[in-house]
Amino acid sequence: MTALVEVKGLDKAFGGVHAVEGVSFSVEAGQVYSVIGPNGAGKTTLFNLITGLYTPTKGEILLNGESTAKLEPNELAERGMCRTFQQMQICMNMTAIENVMLGRHLQLKSSLFTTLFRLPSLRRNEAAARKRAAELMEYVGCGDYLDAEASAMSYGALKRLEIARALAAEPKVILLDEPAAGLNAVETAALEDLIRKIADQGTTVMLVEHDMKLVMGISDRLLVLNYGRVLAEGTPEEIRQNPDVIAAYLGG
Amino acid sequence: MLNTFMQSRLRGLVILALILVILPAFLGNPFHYELVTQMAIIAATVVGLNLLVGFAGQISLGHAGFFGLGAYFTGIATGTYGWSSVPALVVGAIVVGAIAWIVGRPILRLKGHYLSMATLAVGFIIAIILNNERALTGGPDGMPVPAFEIFGWELSAFGRYSLFGITIEGFQAWYIFASVVLLVAVWFALNLIESPIGRALRSVHGSEVAASVVGVNTAKYKSLVFVISAIYASLMGSLYAHFQGFITPAVASFEFSILFITMVVLGGMGSTFGVILGAVVLKLLPQVLADFQELEHVMFGLILMLTMIFMPKGLLPTLTAFVSKKMRKKAGGEA
Amino acid sequence: MLAEFLQYLFTGITIGATYALIALGFTLIYNASHVINFAQGEFLMIGGMATVSLTAMGVPMILAVVLAVILAGILGVALQRFAIAPAKQADVVTLIIITIGASIFIRGIAQVVWGKEYHVMQNFSTDQPIEVFGAVLNSQSLWVLGIGAILVVGLVLFFTKTLIGKAILATSMNKEAARLVGIRTQMVLMLAFMVSALLGSVAGIVVAPITFTSYDIGIILGLKGFVAAAIGGLGSGVGAVVGGLSLGIVEAMAAGYISSDYKDAVAFSMILLVLFFMPRGLFGAKVVERV
Repeated sequence: MTALVEVKGLDKAFGGVHAVEGVSFSVEAGQVYSVIGPNGAGKTTLFNLITGLYTPTKGEILLNGESTAKLEPNELAERGMCRTFQQMQICMNMTAIENVMLGRHLQLKSSLFTTLFRLPSLRRNEAAARKRAAELMEYVGCGDYLDAEASAMSYGALKRLEIARALAAEPKVILLDEPAAGLNAVETAALEDLIRKIADQGTTVMLVEHDMKLVMGISDRLLVLNYGRVLAEGTPEEIRQNPDVIAAYLGG
Repeated sequence: MLNTFMQSRLRGLVILALILVILPAFLGNPFHYELVTQMAIIAATVVGLNLLVGFAGQISLGHAGFFGLGAYFTGIATGTYGWSSVPALVVGAIVVGAIAWIVGRPILRLKGHYLSMATLAVGFIIAIILNNERALTGGPDGMPVPAFEIFGWELSAFGRYSLFGITIEGFQAWYIFASVVLLVAVWFALNLIESPIGRALRSVHGSEVAASVVGVNTAKYKSLVFVISAIYASLMGSLYAHFQGFITPAVASFEFSILFITMVVLGGMGSTFGVILGAVVLKLLPQVLADFQELEHVMFGLILMLTMIFMPKGLLPTLTAFVSKKMRKKAGGEA
Repeated sequence: MLAEFLQYLFTGITIGATYALIALGFTLIYNASHVINFAQGEFLMIGGMATVSLTAMGVPMILAVVLAVILAGILGVALQRFAIAPAKQADVVTLIIITIGASIFIRGIAQVVWGKEYHVMQNFSTDQPIEVFGAVLNSQSLWVLGIGAILVVGLVLFFTKTLIGKAILATSMNKEAARLVGIRTQMVLMLAFMVSALLGSVAGIVVAPITFTSYDIGIILGLKGFVAAAIGGLGSGVGAVVGGLSLGIVEAMAAGYISSDYKDAVAFSMILLVLFFMPRGLFGAKVVERV
């Protein structure tokens, strides 16, 4: 089986400070792959590199065997990669459902001519996209907000809305950056179910998360980062028994 | 029935059309018609500018440059070279769109005040060229522009036309023409905003990273909306030139650019009907303030400042928020 | 050849020094509040016009200058207090429109008080020009450069040596943190506007004998200052000075060697070119976008 995402010797320095250094790993299709580590370990930087928001100082990232070096974030999205953010990126100037419909962008190609005259084909596609977006909002559990402005939604609902938007793009791999941050126990349990559902449908999930219970229960493999370097990599069981990890987490 | 209509997406357009139909009952003389026709043309321009500023969140302090280019393209093509109006208008818009695309590519990478600066510079350069290429443009003294002409039929503010047995004056014909143009401009804008393209534009404003990670090519959409708004400006500039019959480089000036952006911000960024209100208010205000004579500018500046301080979201959004709050209160009281 | 070049250079440096002072005013306000103050040019106008009219009323020159500068300072504080501060949550563009409204307002009053005519101000010292290698240097140019240099040095000392100056810097870096350590940020913002107005008015006064002055000179001078600030990189003091001087010199050379009709076009092309290669100006801060 070939890797869906492969990272080789990745380095990112901000003016001499290495946020990520010599990181290599690979994620296979269908896995739930988590990245853990203390604050400032370089987890979000790693996600920003993978999704093309940052350019690596050194190293290479392959998506489905293709180098992503010259690709912009939107071109990576075209190739099936989508993500959410630790600092949520919701378009507050739009309604909730429009945010999710934005996720259908790549599936909704229409010419300027069709758009200006609002031809029937556009109306049909829009209606379908709206229906699909509504389903996704129900699916992630923010169906109560179908007619709401995004700015009127609660924090937890916005986090789910962001996941719905990413799912709307029908990605092969979805990267979730601390989806459980700021959620209560009930919401976290619901999130765990949601991630499982997403994975069961065949979407590869990459996860940055602090909630160890969530991560250990849900992941196929884990990557532990510490000061930008790989501390350990393996199955949850291997990680739990890794002496370095124990030292870093429990001893430190 | 009325309810479903009130919620339909074209509600605003219908109301605007009704206003434009009823308005002539209140217009007493040719000067009133002239003012309202100018308003309609300028309003259509700022509806286009609002796509860029209000929806995509990109500032332009040089939009009069494109308006002026459209006006002069028409003036030179029809006046000096004897083209027919419609081809001049269309070719002018294509040329201006191409110019906007070429300059837009590099400058739209800039953010915030740097983008303001760059658009301002583009506007200034255009105005300076129009001022100085005297052989082509007549320089600061301006140039005459022939009447609008379509299929050999001339539309002049000083003409008189009879259609189906009804005789109307030229200025009334222009009013009807400009009203239709405004309605079409608004209809296009509304269609654009509520479409995948429109969502992509708004997402550039809302969160550029979010847009890019779901596959929106933000650079492309910024260029696209810049070009569209420039084409709006060019087309309206062409019509304005025909309507006025005479143009000077003032149509491309910094002051005019500022007037456009002020209409957008004062009326309500991101509100298509708000910016039309902005255009109406800012065209009317000098007329009203003319009575204050030398205090005119003082009053104008003061009103502008106070409105923006107390209604930072703009006139229409503030008013509608106020009205809906009142209505909710009333509904709550009755229940 | 050399004489001609020197002549343009002198003109350029003189007007460039004025641009630099305006740009510094922009920088100060931008750093303190992230507002681009389109009324900046009006401070120059007030400086020049008030001095001219006061001296015409028989007030001694020195006193007239002091009064004009004080007037501009009050105006700067009032601008912040009554127009910028109440619009806290406003959008960037909205703030721009507010300052434009303020500039129309100030210009309107100036027009009522002083009329629409051009006014001439006497040179500070001799009218006798100085000759250098065949080029003619207006004695007023030396005043512009000298006072400009003093102001720049003064500003540097103000920001590095005085508590108030450091408070302004701290506020510009992080408003919340500044408030937490007990800096009264509202006072600091008013102060920034005041200092900016003082700079502008002094620039307006020293340059008035060269350019003449009238109620509407603020528009174009303010814009040139904005151009200079953007060339240098918004928020950078060094950038403002370098941007101002280079803009002045490029303009003068363009006027001399190309065409005076197109000198402004050259200035505006220059800013486009700079931004094309350096999207944050010559000395603008680099920021990494955090997501």
